[in-house]
Amino acid sequence: MIRIERLKKNYGAITALDGIDLHVPAGELFAYLGPNGAGKTTTIRILTGLTRRSAGDAWLNGFHIEKEELKAKKRFGLVMQSINLDQELTVSENLDIHGRLFGMSTSERRRKIDQMLAYVDLIDRKKSLVKQLSGGMKRRLTIARAMVHSPEILFLDEPTVGLDAAIRRRIWALIKEIQKKGTTIFLTTHYIEEAEFLADRVAFLDKGKIVVIDKPRSLMARTGTWAIDQMDKGNMKTVYFRTRQEADAFVTGQKESYTLRRVNLEDSFLSLTGKKVKC
Amino acid sequence: MLNRFIAVYLREILILRRRIKRQILSMSVSPLLYMIAFGYAMGKGARFDGHTYREFLIPGLVAMSSMTQAFAIAVDINVARFYWHIFEEFQAAPVSNTAYVAGEVLAGITRAMLSVVIILIIGLFFNVSLDYGTVAFWLAIALDSFVFASLAVALAMLVKSHADQAMFTSFVITPMAFLGGTFFPVDRLPVWAQKILFFLPLTHTSKAIRSASFGNPVNYSSYLLLAIIGVVFFFGAIHCVNRARD
Repeated sequence: MIRIERLKKNYGAITALDGIDLHVPAGELFAYLGPNGAGKTTTIRILTGLTRRSAGDAWLNGFHIEKEELKAKKRFGLVMQSINLDQELTVSENLDIHGRLFGMSTSERRRKIDQMLAYVDLIDRKKSLVKQLSGGMKRRLTIARAMVHSPEILFLDEPTVGLDAAIRRRIWALIKEIQKKGTTIFLTTHYIEEAEFLADRVAFLDKGKIVVIDKPRSLMARTGTWAIDQMDKGNMKTVYFRTRQEADAFVTGQKESYTLRRVNLEDSFLSLTGKKVKC
Repeated sequence: MLNRFIAVYLREILILRRRIKRQILSMSVSPLLYMIAFGYAMGKGARFDGHTYREFLIPGLVAMSSMTQAFAIAVDINVARFYWHIFEEFQAAPVSNTAYVAGEVLAGITRAMLSVVIILIIGLFFNVSLDYGTVAFWLAIALDSFVFASLAVALAMLVKSHADQAMFTSFVITPMAFLGGTFFPVDRLPVWAQKILFFLPLTHTSKAIRSASFGNPVNYSSYLLLAIIGVVFFFGAIHCVNRARD
């Protein structure tokens, strides 16, 4: 469970987070969606102790992130946007060091390392140096490492950025599996389809503020069901419709080319904030 | 806490083990060159306090090398922090700042000890064999490396880039290496210069190591001073780790 109250972060005159309130119940997969610079990573960095908050409070499974820092840190695993693995160590050494940092016993570490490597399909690369792995393998390893100490909460900061579509889908399946085991997952992403596919609930974040929180389907339903994209004086214009019939009626007699498609979360974000997620 | 401290130390040692051949080679080059250039060529025939210049030089190189190698841990921490972002793994783990600093400092001391052993072996090739079996000798090295490894961790947390780190090495570590009694006795300089150099930890280390190597009486004040400076830097490093969060 994650509880955030009036969380603020200022970097000098720049406000990165402007009074965030949020509650993520245990076992939920919560997606934090917003353009670059919206405050997604800042939120995760504050919750995981990498950055100091300017104001407000936050608790991880009941432990305050600063006043009970070490207890709070035992509750979560963190997958950063960058691949922060020790390239000169082997796959199992990376996980072993992590297990030691979380105070796991030798037998516990051995068991969990094998279990997690089998889980992310890297057991046959156990003795390989990390620098010999592909990008997708490294990403899976970062997830395995974050899960070695059986955290109750998993923070995933842009976990599929820079990966190709096939590997991204594989990571998604892995994330879903982790959630099935009861882990609370807090995911930041600017991939619309990622949030649509994975999240139980989504928060739209813009300029350090949460614009709206809801289920992906509910958010999309607020905008409409169908969308038509067409060029209007050199600019892309999108019009939303509740039904297919309305959309068909709109394009009847149109001379300009157009694209008819289903509404997605990008449309919801655009209609609520006036900007696209991928800026 | 012990498990966490061991984790931090073990990580550095595993990396050191993987680079061991390169590391030994790089640790050998400078002392070997100094021995050839200063000890063998320039210092031939020179004597200090009844010892040949080579015998005078080896304890100085030991002091200098334990300083530079212990301080070199800063480079590894910076690479882990700015390039690989591995420092965030420590920051996000339930590891106290004390455990983190202790692990890194011990790693710095280990590197320093390795470099000292290499210099002593090089010394043997130049027919220099002094009294290395005393507690005073090894304690002086341990304190020297403790001082500079602690300083390294503190500075690694304060600098904002690799360039800042290199600048500190150029302005502080390199002058200290040359002026702290490595290559010549500090008491040959003017009194005002000696007074300034008294405040350099390396001056005391060179004196203490040389004295122990020559079998001279132990100057306890040098050891006490190094221990005090080391403790101050160690607690400074703990404070700096806390400040490393943005």
